[in-house]
Order: sequence, then C-alpha cells, then structure tokens
Amino acid sequence: MSDDLGLWAIPIAMIGGAIRVSTPFLFVSLGEVLTERSGRINLGLEGTLVFGAMTGYAVAYLTGSAWTGVLVAALAGSVFGLVHGLICSLPRVNDIAIGIAMMLLGTGLAFYFGKAFIQPVAPDLPSIPLGGWSGLPQVQAALDVNVLFLIGIVLALALAWMFRTTRIGLVIRVVGDSTDAARAMGLRPAVIRTAATAAGGAFAGIGGAYLSLYYPGSWNEGISSGQGLMAVALVIFARWNPVACIWAALLFGGAGALGPALQSVGVSEGYYLFYAAPYVLTLGVLIATSSPTRAMTGAPGELSITK
Amino acid sequence: MAFKPLSRRGFLQGSAALAGLASLGTLPGMARAQALTEMTVGFIYVGPKDDFGYNQAHAEGAAAVKAIPGVTVVEEENVPETVDVQKSMESMINFDGAKLLFPTSFGYFDPHILTLAKTYPDVRFEHAGGMWQADKHPMNVGSYFGYIGMGQYLNGITAGHASKTKKIGFVAAKPIPQVLLNINSFLLGARAVDPAITCQVIFTGEWSMAVKEAEATNALADAGCDVITCHVDGPKVVIETAAGRGCYVCGYHADQSSLAPELYLTGAEWNWAKVYTDMVTAMMSGETIPNFVRGGLAEGFIKMSPLGPAVTEASKAQFEATRDAILLGGFAVIKGPLKDNLGNVIAAEGQSFVETDVALESMNYLVEGVIGSIS
Repeated sequence: MSDDLGLWAIPIAMIGGAIRVSTPFLFVSLGEVLTERSGRINLGLEGTLVFGAMTGYAVAYLTGSAWTGVLVAALAGSVFGLVHGLICSLPRVNDIAIGIAMMLLGTGLAFYFGKAFIQPVAPDLPSIPLGGWSGLPQVQAALDVNVLFLIGIVLALALAWMFRTTRIGLVIRVVGDSTDAARAMGLRPAVIRTAATAAGGAFAGIGGAYLSLYYPGSWNEGISSGQGLMAVALVIFARWNPVACIWAALLFGGAGALGPALQSVGVSEGYYLFYAAPYVLTLGVLIATSSPTRAMTGAPGELSITK
Repeated sequence: MAFKPLSRRGFLQGSAALAGLASLGTLPGMARAQALTEMTVGFIYVGPKDDFGYNQAHAEGAAAVKAIPGVTVVEEENVPETVDVQKSMESMINFDGAKLLFPTSFGYFDPHILTLAKTYPDVRFEHAGGMWQADKHPMNVGSYFGYIGMGQYLNGITAGHASKTKKIGFVAAKPIPQVLLNINSFLLGARAVDPAITCQVIFTGEWSMAVKEAEATNALADAGCDVITCHVDGPKVVIETAAGRGCYVCGYHADQSSLAPELYLTGAEWNWAKVYTDMVTAMMSGETIPNFVRGGLAEGFIKMSPLGPAVTEASKAQFEATRDAILLGGFAVIKGPLKDNLGNVIAAEGQSFVETDVALESMNYLVEGVIGSIS
C-alpha cells in the first residue's frame, strides 16, 4: 500500500466509488422506470429501500446466507409495491400521496423491526476481483465488483429490450401512455400497473439489501441517506430509459466519491462544496438538457405529473 | 373582574400553578435540597442506542442508572437536534415527571436545553460536550465531559507501532474542538513512537452517514493509511470497512473489538456508567451536582479497550507506561515546541496544555503532520 499515485488517485477513487455507490441508485431507478412506464409514480421506494436493507440484513444474519437475504428483501419490496399498487387502484386515490405514506411506513417499520439487528454482524455478499491484472492495491480495491452491480446492468439491458421488443413491454407502455387505448385493447390498466409497481418494489428491495449486505455492509437506521429519493429523480434525469439509468447511477456514485478522494490527496479546503457535487451536477445537467419544447421527452402520458 | 374565555395555554398555566401550590402547601418550609427516595431520569439520544458508538456509550450509562433503587429511567432514541428534542424533553418532564434529564447530543444544547431550562427551573439538565458558562447560562444546566483525547493519544501509540507505511488515517465528522483534539492526539501519540508518521484526516461533514464514512475509509486506505480510527457517532461502518481493506483499527466511543478481532489494536471508550450513577446518587441524597464536571482516565470517565492480539510487546510496554503517566494527572499531549499544519506556533518551547486545560476545549487547529484542513 505504499505506492503513491498522486493525482491519479482521484479518477481511480471515482471509478471505484461509482461502482460501489451506484448499485442502490441503479436498482431503485430501474424499479421506478418500470413503475412509471406503466403510468404510476411510486415515491415510496425510499421506504422500500430501507425496509429491504433491514429485512435483507436480518434474514442474512438469521439464515447465514446473504443471498437468502437478498431474495427476502426482494419479496418484502414487492409486498410494499403491491400494497401501493392496490391502494392506488381505488378510485380517486393520489399515487404521490400514497407514495409518501408508504415511504414513512417503510422506514418506520424497518426501524421498529430492525432494532434487534443493529448489533449483530451478518454475512456479506461476495464480490468478484476484476482488478487482479493490476499490481496496484488501489486499482484492485476499485475493481472489486459486487455481483449485484453486474446483475443490475444486465437487468437494465433486459428492461430496455423488454420495453422495445416484447409484448409485455408493449403492454406496459400502452398502459402508461394512454389508459383509454389500453382499455380499447382489452387490457386492464389497474392490474398491469399494480404488477409493475410490485416488480419495481422488488428491485428497490434488492437495492436496499445491497446497502446493508455489501456497501457499507451493515444495518443501521441512517443507512440510506436518501438514495431512494434521489433515484426517483434519476429516472427523470435518465428520461425513463433503463440504459440511461446505468450512466446516471454511475455518475451519481462517482460524484459522491469526489469529496473523500480529494481530501485523501490533500485537497481539503471547502469539502462541504465537494460533497454537494452530485446535486450541483444534477442541476447542471437538467438545466443543460432542458428545453421549453421537449422538456418531458420520454415521459409516459398517464403519469400524474405530466397529465 | 369579568371571566374571559379560558385559553388552552391559560388553563395549563393555571393548573400548573395550582399543582405547584398544592405540593408546596403540604410541605411547608421544607428545604429545596432534600433526599429523594424515588426519582425519574430521562435520557435522549440522537441515534439508535445500540450503534456501537456514541449513543451506545450513553445508553450503557443509562443502564447502570436503572440499577439504582428507586430510580425510573425513561429513554428516547433517534431524536433530531431540532425542536423535536424540546418536545421529547417536555414530554419527559410533564408526563413522566423527570427531574433530571440527560439530552446527550452536542447540538441539543443551544437553543433547545437553554430554552427549556428557563421554563422548568426545577428540572436539572445535564449536557455532554461542555459549553456551560456561569455568566451566560442558567444554574439548572450543567455540562460534563471526559478527556477522551488522552484515549486517542494511547490509540495513537499502538497505531505508531503497528503502522508500516508511516501513514495513519482518521475519519472525522465535523471540525469541532473535541474532534480536532482527538485527531491531534491520535497523531501525537503515533509521533511519540516515530516522529516521521503523518495522519490523513477526512471530514464527512455528518455525525452519521454510512455511505460517506465507507467512502472516506476506502479513500484513506487508497492513500496508503494502514491504521485507521474515527470520530463519528457509529464507528461500526468505519471499523468494518477498514478491516475489510486489511488496515489495523483503533476504536472510539465503545468497544468495537468484536467487529475486527484480529486487526483491532485498542480503543478509547467512554465510561458514562460511573459518571451517571455518581450524578444520580448525588441528586438523590440532596447534594447539588456541580455545573462543570470533567474527568479522564484517572477519574474513570474514560477507559481503554483491552489490547488486541496484533499489539507487540514494545507497543504494549509504551502503551502501559504512557497510561500510567496519564493516571498520575497533569499529562500534556499538546506541548511545545509545536506548530499547526499551517506553520503557526501553537506552543513555544516549554509551554504545555495539560489535559484539564480549558483552552483545549476551543481548539481550532490541526497540528503539524496532520494532512487535512478544518474549513
């Protein structure tokens, strides 16, 4: 560990940080893309993320298997999604209000049931050392890639393919773009939206399990620091495109690693400013890509924010 | 006089006054300071009380208070440093009848404790962190703290012996005096072993922010630090991440040796059990608690975790010799000649600040050899 990389440490740390920090962003934003493409907004994914983190950690600790934890976190997430979807299927229910309620419910339940699991140490998810070719420990650490990250990328590509070419994708898009058209085709929008919300919840649950089982790798009540909410914003940033979600998530992760990395090479003045980098970046990119004529390009027509 | 419609506030004030009169009326002429057989004590924590850190250390103290006969303990965790803590305190005072409160987080003091201390002059407020000043603050507020910088100095000695890269790391929350003293003490302890050692510090800006703490720890490991300690509310993430990167770790707040049994050198722990039981028994026997309470290793306010298996014989010998010197009292970590990391003189040759020096509680510098900045 004696190699001094100088300023090269910053890009390496940012790549490493992007890979480590982005996975929850990726899973939650993919879940939200799926839900929003069907015409609903689930703001409750922050709560689902925290509840997924808690159940994943608790089950991994009790069974001794991290993967069982991930599975149960996904199940718990889908239950949250299902509840959101079912309530929103009732007439004159606002999905944003229900989402906020679900967010509070999820975090509250997670804190309540999670009390007993703050102390124990659960097994971690395995990672694949892709940096073995390099002799530098910094590079090896940066490229220690978790399996869930790779699954997330495959999932993003699969979702993009599903929306573009499969019948299920078409059905979700139709329901999301026009309830009337979907009804005319003989589809049942409420059922499809509920299913899409449940599947989206499962993704968010997996994102939570990544937080508690890999990075930072322990359950406590401050584990999330708002990734679930930021990921919902990422979806707009990514223009409802699953592949763009990968880049958006990596960008956010990398920007978050900037603050510690700069301090570690001795650039320590104004670290509060560097910590704001992800948010400044979002603002900047949104302003740069905005346009009065095509501001909501890609937005599903039935979303309550676009209607 | 005409009756006005009774407002809620007026009703509450009136009934409180009546209750006060009633209790005074039955006990005419009794001195205010009296022995109590029963008392309710409230503890408020900013995070979960089993966080392997700051809150756990206080909750262990509260658990010891529970064992005192006649004492009822009420606790509330995850109370933010906002007007929420005022509500928690008022509820403990009005519904649970608490006469002594320990709102433990640093940010509870100003304005929250100060506001309520004026409203409830009969309730005693004790605050960890120490900003109470006799000329400015109410007499029913007290501050207590321990010289835990000494513990970080001892941490630094084991770190100095264990480090091969001669670079050690510190994950810090915010640049307040207590944190700066810990960082400086950690480095100066290591420099007592080898004056060439440097300490890299990374501030996360938050008391509890798991992902940022993990990123900071990774950045320190990337920068070549091979012994890492921290001052954040819950050291669990830092300890686990650092150990995962193969670094030695020194604990803080509570004992974290179970998180990294092989790589844990030692740790600076609070011993609030002693402080709290002393205060509660004093108040129950009718004595007044001093408004300004301080103590270190000798007074039992802080303690060290048992030395880990990676601590060598030489390290152990220097650790124990230094600990014994601290136990004698009057030990100075900050002593001349010493400069800060910007080149300003902190202490001239022969000048020293002993552990009890109040000047240390307004520390605003990082000493020479610490890589980092407080702004």
